[in-house]
Amino acid sequence: MSQPIMRLFATIVLLFAILVVGTSRWSVFDAKALRDNALNKRPLLAQLHVKRGAIKAADGSVLARSVRGQGGTYRRSYPAGSLFGHPVGYAIVALNQLAGIERYRNDELSGQAGDSLSSLADQLQGKRQQGDTVVTTLDPQAQRVATDQLAATGSPGAVVALDPRTGAVLAMASSPGYDPNGLGRSGVFRALNSAGSGAPLLDRATQSSYAPGSTFKVLTAAAAIDSGRYTPDSVINGDSPKTISGVPMRNDLGQSYGDISLTTAMTNSVNTVFGQIGEALGKRTMADYMRRFGFYRRPPLDYPADEMLASGERLNGKLLPVTSDRVDVGRMAIGQDKLAVTPMQMAMVVAAVANGGRLMTPHLTDRIVDPDGRTVKRVEPTVAGTPISPTTAAQVNQMMRTVVESGTGTAVQLPGIQVAGKTGTAEIGTLGANLTQPSFVAFAPADAPRVAIAVTVERSQGGFGGTVAAPIARAVLQSLLS
Amino acid sequence: MSARNRELLGLIPASLLVTAGFAAVFIQQGSQQLSSLSLTYGAIFLGLCIAAHVFLRIALPYADPYLFPLVAVLASFGLVVIYRIDETLARQQAQWFVAGLGLFVATIVFVRDYRKLEQYRYLIAAGSLALLCMPRLPGIGAQVNGAYLGVRIPGVFVFQPTEFAKIGIVIFLASYLRDTRQLLVAGARRVAGITLPPLKHFGPLLVIWGVAMLLLIVIRDLGSSLMFFGAFLAVLYVATNRVSFVVVGLLLFAGGAWYLGTHVPHVTDRVDVWLDPLNAHRYPTIGYQIANSLFAQADGGLLGRGFGEAFLTLPGGGPLLPAPQTDLIYAVIVNELGLVAAVAVLITYLLFVQRGFKVALLARDSFSTLLAVGLSAVFALQVFVIVGGVTNVIPLTGVTLPFISYGGSSLLANFVLLALLLLVSDRARREAEAPR
Repeated sequence: MSQPIMRLFATIVLLFAILVVGTSRWSVFDAKALRDNALNKRPLLAQLHVKRGAIKAADGSVLARSVRGQGGTYRRSYPAGSLFGHPVGYAIVALNQLAGIERYRNDELSGQAGDSLSSLADQLQGKRQQGDTVVTTLDPQAQRVATDQLAATGSPGAVVALDPRTGAVLAMASSPGYDPNGLGRSGVFRALNSAGSGAPLLDRATQSSYAPGSTFKVLTAAAAIDSGRYTPDSVINGDSPKTISGVPMRNDLGQSYGDISLTTAMTNSVNTVFGQIGEALGKRTMADYMRRFGFYRRPPLDYPADEMLASGERLNGKLLPVTSDRVDVGRMAIGQDKLAVTPMQMAMVVAAVANGGRLMTPHLTDRIVDPDGRTVKRVEPTVAGTPISPTTAAQVNQMMRTVVESGTGTAVQLPGIQVAGKTGTAEIGTLGANLTQPSFVAFAPADAPRVAIAVTVERSQGGFGGTVAAPIARAVLQSLLS
Repeated sequence: MSARNRELLGLIPASLLVTAGFAAVFIQQGSQQLSSLSLTYGAIFLGLCIAAHVFLRIALPYADPYLFPLVAVLASFGLVVIYRIDETLARQQAQWFVAGLGLFVATIVFVRDYRKLEQYRYLIAAGSLALLCMPRLPGIGAQVNGAYLGVRIPGVFVFQPTEFAKIGIVIFLASYLRDTRQLLVAGARRVAGITLPPLKHFGPLLVIWGVAMLLLIVIRDLGSSLMFFGAFLAVLYVATNRVSFVVVGLLLFAGGAWYLGTHVPHVTDRVDVWLDPLNAHRYPTIGYQIANSLFAQADGGLLGRGFGEAFLTLPGGGPLLPAPQTDLIYAVIVNELGLVAAVAVLITYLLFVQRGFKVALLARDSFSTLLAVGLSAVFALQVFVIVGGVTNVIPLTGVTLPFISYGGSSLLANFVLLALLLLVSDRARREAEAPR
């Protein structure tokens, strides 16, 4: 009976070989597909067991951290509450819901950014996966002032403050805010997304676009001078009304200024002058300078792409080229027409002017620090572009100073610090409703700018950029420069 | 070196394994009791094994020296894995291990002349069938995952009769085929190119086939059915050396399995899940177990996540990997220790089976040979059925991984199986060494 026994054993060896093949298939060959299978909860559970890195403000204060929960899992805690809700975002790992820096830096925060060789070494040493800490450029004091000031208006709005020399985002506030601490609870998301909640999850600094109104005249003036067609002393007739694109355009209160210089026009925000300049420069030149300042692209910010909006002319929510027949270039030049611009984009425009014509890439992350305290990555300042020459920048800078000294922006004046700025008051709503959208852009100190800021308030009953938005800019500038 | 000294040496790796294993689990848990307790567990385990070894020295001096150490390796590994899953279960399993050793000793003492079992073959066969049907009896039957596998003994445990029935049926087959194998071969005729056993003796084959099919219907368990029928074919093949009998048997089994797989809802479900284990519609219900078994194995990869690192429960407390200590313990092993450890476990089983067949080859009488073949084959098939199920090679059914899975019945029955194999080998090797 020995032969059949040998054959039987051979059969059993074969059966066991099939088992080895079966096990290899799932554990090695098909493992990646299985790990990526949507039904598989393990990768998500593994994430819950990872101590995500902290997110810190520029001064080292903690904006987000992981707290040990039940059974070796971690949950996210945001000590600053709603203050940094928008820039920091949230990470509800169990639901795979991420936003803001939490989302953009997820690989680093969850410790997945390291090279696979060192993570294998860690695994062999039994080290638990731990995320890196993200240190941001955000200034808690300025963020607090911006948030409080916006809230005081009682209207939605946003503030963006940049360091024009580096592109570092110093403050990025959006009102109304939300508290990321409570988001994991059931029903909270739905409540925040429901109609009538005021859309608190929307980051108005990067996701909402507004008619910039007269703040856009900074760009128009920059284009006018940099193109070589005008100087600050060029004389243009500032009477009101003037026919622009076949339709009469009026100055504020219908005031006529006669023949005035470009600087004077800027100081008093004379619409008809800038309307004429827009027509004279033409769509191509305007389009060119808008692109140079970053329009028609999402801001190059280290922030989730779908949480940012490209600025430009928009029709029915879609970007419309400046060269389109449907664009009224004269009205666009004064920040009206169909312009839809994010506060982040306006901040980039003034930051470029402040920085001698060089636009620095805006960034929220200053550096990434591993659990052992080593800096693994530092975001170095990079030049995003040079939209205008240094000479042009200096001249526009000078014009913006007079706005604050003697023009529409006197409310932003700071003791001992020279501020350059520009007001904007776009009319919104039905005619005669007296509903406005005040905005303000500024930088300071004017001779060596360290802060560039854009403020937009969504609705005001008859308020102006100079009366509603400028005081907010002033408070934030004061906080950052004192 | 004498057989018993080799056995003693073989126990050293088992004890090292249990010590190292507990140490690994303790380290993972960050426990303070590391130094003393893991050594204590290792020492107790070694002590028990040495006691059993001393008993074997006296009772069965000629028995195969590798079978017992291989079982010790499997059992100690099982204890560590169960300990990692649930400390309480591991303590119970340790008690079952002691009880198993007791039954092992008792079997060797009371069934010393195992050939007397032949006299009781019909009694044993009837008893085994009765055992198999017990789970369907009202009041004591326990249904697990739609299959009737257990008998609830209140306050004690759920007794799994199939574990013991498999041994009884093997004893019956070995003794029945010892008598009839000559007749089956001599009377065989060729019909349409296939060699068929004589009709008169074809009857028993049909009876066993019927029993296997009945098992499918009665206990609704394709795995156990496959295990029994496979063991039957193995013994039949060795007894007659006729591949055609095996082919006929397999065809009959396949036909029956196909019919039941398409007509009995519970079996149909299992087949559907087997064919498409990651189906999203079935995932929340009948597909959950196998899908998570595969996910767990994918999570483990080549080297595994390490002891204690696999996810077995959901954050809310629900099971992520159902039945990790019994049916799916192989998935836990792959998850935590990787493909490498899983293959090592399979090789250990294969070595055990190889020793079993070696015993069969050495045995001088047909009953002993067929008994050793049957016991080894049913053991190997049990491993194939559960590991095959967990890896979706065949539909998943609830049988235990011998000596590793948690479960009193399984451990006790497999110790009886080991005792019988050692009894056969002691006689065979004694006769081989001392020529008559």
